[in-house]
Amino acid sequence: MAYERAFTALADPTRRRVFEKLSSGPKSVGAIARGLPVSRPAVSQHLRVLKDAGLVADRAEGTRRVYSIDPHGLGALRKWLDQFWDAALQAYAEEVAKSEKTRR
Amino acid sequence: MNEIVRPAPVRKSVRLGAPPDRAFEVFTAGIGRWWPKSHHIGAADLDTLVIELKAGGRWYERGADGAECDVGKVLVREPPARLVLAWQIAANWKFDPGLVTEVEVRFIADGTGATRVELEHRNLERFGEGAEPMRQAIDSQEGWTGILQLFKQAAEQSEV
Repeated sequence: MAYERAFTALADPTRRRVFEKLSSGPKSVGAIARGLPVSRPAVSQHLRVLKDAGLVADRAEGTRRVYSIDPHGLGALRKWLDQFWDAALQAYAEEVAKSEKTRR
Repeated sequence: MNEIVRPAPVRKSVRLGAPPDRAFEVFTAGIGRWWPKSHHIGAADLDTLVIELKAGGRWYERGADGAECDVGKVLVREPPARLVLAWQIAANWKFDPGLVTEVEVRFIADGTGATRVELEHRNLERFGEGAEPMRQAIDSQEGWTGILQLFKQAAEQSEV
């Protein structure tokens, strides 16, 4: 089962952090490695495991590879959008309130 | 042919203490002032977001490096009541001109000087053929629940 592999892949805490880093958008290996206490080759190895588990996808962008959460993760994507619009509308409401205050 | 279960649209609403014309104005002209900066598709940090309110207009983000990345097209503009945007970012976080999911925003007067804003992001099934296996995986309790939890935490952390 694909999701069993996903769980196994995410059992490793460093790998989990690598995966979490992609939740805000696609990133290169270098960007993922930044702030992590492991080498870039180690990050690449983690990414390979995540890719094999169907959790992340990669694509070439010029000379580097960019990783993102797997495009088949539609349910995850909907969840993401749901939270995204919550956050966006809240920020929007705050901005409207702020601009109304300065009008008065 | 597998039966396709369409994911429900994402629906949100928020009530604002401002009339519809000002709510519309802040949503469109002022989008750069409130759009979450934590999520962007360009390589550089997000500088601002722009909605072009003209025929054939687009909405796009501009990165700190000056590069523009399209989010999609402006499909309907009916100030101050309604706006429909095409969200054309695929699940791989890349702009895809062949993908059109719609974001409809309605600005409804709610008493004097107040507006209820209703947002609907629909056609989510267009995001991918992988919808059905993913839905099944999510439905199983031992499946994606833990991963989604992880995803949620990460998403919330990056909102801060």
